[in-house]
Amino acid sequence: MNCDVCQKDSASIFLTQIVDGKMQKVNLCESCAKEKGVTDPTGFALADLLKGVGTETVSPKPTVKGELKCHNCGFTETEFKKTGRLGCSQCYEVLSEGLDNLLEAMHRSTVHKGKVPMRYRANKEYRDRLADLQTHLQDSVDAENYEEAARLRDAISELKDEYSSKKNLSSSSD
Amino acid sequence: MMRFSTLLRKPAEWMRTAGPHNDIVMTSRVRLARNLEDFPFPGWAKKDSRIKLLEKVQPQVNELSEMKEAFSEEMTGLSAIEKQVLVERHLISREHAAKGPGCATVMNRKQTVSIMINEEDHLRMQAIRPGLQLQSAFENLDKIDTELESELPYAFDTTYGYLTACPTNLGTGLRASAMLHLPGLVLSEQINQTIQAANKIGLAVRGLYGEGTEALANLFQVSNQTTLGKSETEIIDHLEKVILQIIENEENARYKLLEEKPTMLQDQVCRAHAILRNAHIIPSKEALNLLSMTRLGIDLGVFPNEDRELINVLLTEVQPAHLQVEAKRKLTVEERDVLRAEILRHKLKSLTRPDFSDILSEDRDHE
Repeated sequence: MNCDVCQKDSASIFLTQIVDGKMQKVNLCESCAKEKGVTDPTGFALADLLKGVGTETVSPKPTVKGELKCHNCGFTETEFKKTGRLGCSQCYEVLSEGLDNLLEAMHRSTVHKGKVPMRYRANKEYRDRLADLQTHLQDSVDAENYEEAARLRDAISELKDEYSSKKNLSSSSD
Repeated sequence: MMRFSTLLRKPAEWMRTAGPHNDIVMTSRVRLARNLEDFPFPGWAKKDSRIKLLEKVQPQVNELSEMKEAFSEEMTGLSAIEKQVLVERHLISREHAAKGPGCATVMNRKQTVSIMINEEDHLRMQAIRPGLQLQSAFENLDKIDTELESELPYAFDTTYGYLTACPTNLGTGLRASAMLHLPGLVLSEQINQTIQAANKIGLAVRGLYGEGTEALANLFQVSNQTTLGKSETEIIDHLEKVILQIIENEENARYKLLEEKPTMLQDQVCRAHAILRNAHIIPSKEALNLLSMTRLGIDLGVFPNEDRELINVLLTEVQPAHLQVEAKRKLTVEERDVLRAEILRHKLKSLTRPDFSDILSEDRDHE
């Protein structure tokens, strides 16, 4: 089968797109595909393009000078716009501006609802418990109930010790 | 560790065994994307960093209880044909096959679980089952994931979930998909409608080898598009419901064809039988489409049901890399078309003539 664009080389990239209920098939050779910008091997960028949520519409405008750059891996905003992928897990914080819009368009949601690794479950429980104790401590101090406050202060430091020793234990087993 | 030659000699378990709804659902696959903290994603990482990650991850993966006597190999240690075999069996992605140093594949003996290291994400884990068994595939993978998370510090965020190289996989990192055989919807020209309807509710429909590949053999992959905002179970339940609906549509399309165009159907199946058993040169695309018609014939009851496994295995084994493994050398396209025809003639020698008498007489009763 020959390429639909140049009609010369044999096609190796096949695209199927549905427009107004009609299936359109386009067969491209490697060089025409490259020219048309559909060489991305995993095709995600293409899928996004077809869905109309291409990264370029959502990422912040390019600023030549103050461009966002990941402090951890050196990945830049421009790179993200080019590839649609990030450099490391910390890039999500660095490029967080505009991310929620992008996620909303992609997933119709911005918050994870699935599995949580054990490590983070413990962390969440710890933070919830700590916040709870600290609120009570403040209440006790405000009420000048110093006996209760002292008890809560001890409970907090105990909780902190317990958590940090657990954390050391788990990180030493890595 | 299992040798690659052993792996090649045996068809994967899911190619040979039955599963629920496996007249229409060929396979169910589930994959999870995971990354480690402190390492850049594979696409951005330097070679040294990829190798360091591999050295950290591969031993842990090899240790998994699922991976006893597994096959575990760096991509640089495999030939082009060997990698292509894994692609044809859906055990690795086309992208992974093109990877160099620091990238590896680990898979279990039954070829039901495969783990790619340093694909687009640090870990891409996949479980595959025959028929419609998305839930069981997910449970299998979930256990492996839990086993790994105690040893490997995953990149995770309490708001965004599992952090992935591409935001399209963020959250659960889960992609569930089913490979559906839909000749009825194709022959009755309802397939575009089906694809469009699936797209509308956030599902993707792709060809045999994923994104950008042509739909061959009337096979279509249906999968979830979104990964964030729904739990794993919700994603799988939703997909399964839609697939059950597509199965029903396919069955209806087949009934309707039998009623309205029985001669056309008979012609297609009988031609497939005749060509597959008599051709001496047969290109891949033609072979796959004729095998699809034979499979439809089995579903209609005009061929014995015992031949189902044979057809399933042939759908994979007539593909280019499998042929070259069989021949034990590199083959030109022309040579492959000849060998493919030879294998098909030989393996389908005992396939009986399609018997439409029951179906057609039943049809007359209705009139």
